[in-house]
Amino acid sequence: MTQTDQAEARKASVQELRSIASQVRRDIVRMVHACQSGHPGGSLGCTDFLVALYFHALRHDAENFTMDGIGEDLFFLSNGHISPVFYSVLARSGYFPLDELKTFRRISSRLQGHPTTHEGLPGVRVASGSLGQGLSVAVGAALAKKLNGDPSLVYSLHGDGELQEGQIWEAAMAAVGKQVDNLISTIDWNGRQIDGDVDDVMPLGDLRAKWAAFGWDVLEMNGNDMAAVLEGLEQAKGRTGKGKPVMILMRTEMGKGVDFMEGSHAWHGIAPNDAQLEAALKQLPETLGDF
Amino acid sequence: MTSYPVLDQKDTRSGFGEGLLEIGKADDRVVALCADLTGSLKMDAFAKAFPERFFQVGIAEANMMGMAAGMTIGGKIPYTGTFANFSTGRVYDQIRQSIAYSGKNVKICASHAGLTLGEDGATHQILEDIGLMKMLPGMAVIVPCDFNQTKQATIAVADHEGPVYLRFGRPKWPVFIPVDMPFEIGKAQVLTEGSDVSIFACGHLVWKALQAAAELEKEGISAEVVNVHTIKPLDEEAVLRSVSRTRCAVSCEEHNRYGGLGDSIAQLLARELPTPQEYVAVNDSFGESGTPDQLLAKYGLDTPDVVKAAKKAIARK
Repeated sequence: MTQTDQAEARKASVQELRSIASQVRRDIVRMVHACQSGHPGGSLGCTDFLVALYFHALRHDAENFTMDGIGEDLFFLSNGHISPVFYSVLARSGYFPLDELKTFRRISSRLQGHPTTHEGLPGVRVASGSLGQGLSVAVGAALAKKLNGDPSLVYSLHGDGELQEGQIWEAAMAAVGKQVDNLISTIDWNGRQIDGDVDDVMPLGDLRAKWAAFGWDVLEMNGNDMAAVLEGLEQAKGRTGKGKPVMILMRTEMGKGVDFMEGSHAWHGIAPNDAQLEAALKQLPETLGDF
Repeated sequence: MTSYPVLDQKDTRSGFGEGLLEIGKADDRVVALCADLTGSLKMDAFAKAFPERFFQVGIAEANMMGMAAGMTIGGKIPYTGTFANFSTGRVYDQIRQSIAYSGKNVKICASHAGLTLGEDGATHQILEDIGLMKMLPGMAVIVPCDFNQTKQATIAVADHEGPVYLRFGRPKWPVFIPVDMPFEIGKAQVLTEGSDVSIFACGHLVWKALQAAAELEKEGISAEVVNVHTIKPLDEEAVLRSVSRTRCAVSCEEHNRYGGLGDSIAQLLARELPTPQEYVAVNDSFGESGTPDQLLAKYGLDTPDVVKAAKKAIARK
């Protein structure tokens, strides 16, 4: 079997991915509940995307993590506050023991409130949490891949509220100026941020037109429909190597999968109580076994 | 006292430019990024020799720091180049999170530091950058004293694993460090031995300290001049060894008196060997437009100021 064949064989089906996503959503609410702290809303909204990425699209070697990731696809989480979904997906794809999810946000843990390399957690290549910095890092990593003659890809994820940070637009300009066409960035376009709706806090205007005007190749997808996510990622991959960075504007629902967390910004950064946890878990079948 | 003849008059930033070209030839992992100041930073030669490893990022310093952090992933050794003000204060959070906290092997190279930037005035004359950078865990802070040493330091930082802040300046300045004088990060240099007072200096003020030592010698005062080119990690042993003999200290730097070399020495002495210490530094103020010489005189960083501080320190023994 060639490396490509093995990668193909490892790819999970839509049904399998939906089932993994349900388990990851259970992990998210249980982690945030256990320490009574963290950001469940955006984590639940981005679950389908991160599951599709780590269990299907990304060519990566979880068991043999290296910082440089030569020959592997890289992923950078710029909106670091959605660490619960990131940690769950990393653990469940084999970067570190599942049991470690119990330590989330606790003293002496590698699973800090926001992701970091500082404690040596495999799967994390840069600290994030202070918003707006991850696109620059992804652009740099993608340029290093080009210098190394490494044909693998770089992915990044950003919040829509995060686009209010000016550095994002500096990086948007640089990615086009340097023809970084081995980069697929995604915006979690849920329309909500801590203080309320993005349109009320500071409207982003015509997001598609803005990224297109900067020179990106832009596509849109429904980030909470697994088949659509797979299709979107496949399309995005097909558009790499053509001189432009690729942007996926991904429509999601903050809190997706837990009905009482959906439809509001209220669950951006608060933890469920015992009764709310129980209600949430009833909506999310256990598939791979809780940590 | 040991004499240091003036070999030439050259700007320290040109030492950076030459060093960058040399390390670029020796190590193809070295890449350079510049925020629209290629000429000012003397990065042209590197850009011309290695166009594929040179990244003009435009006037966007925050993005430059992030890109540099990203380039380390894949094994590159990025050198960023802009003025000291835009290398530190403007991008503090980017350096803090994406470089220092993330443990990235980025070399932040900063020219036009301090008052001697001159006529552009206080918007560009950062006097707080040493403090900002040394407070970041794991960040090495290096302030070489002349052209030759800046070139040596630029080459040496490539082999130092981890983030580095390398600070140098704009004006032509006496070149006095012999090209064959060994340079080691974290090892202070006793340039001239003395027994009455220890003068610890960095950057442009090392030359002023040597001039002051010569003045003091005429008055029968024996000053020891120590070039503390690495402020972090501080060569504690060298500082304590000198002070244990002279029993008083002067610190000299082109920086605010808060947060710079002087404070690093004072903290060490308070902990290990309480000693009278005088500061030659900017007295908690912003700079202004003027020539480098005028500014150093007006803000108390000239040779007579070092002489005066040395005598005061001796009197306090």
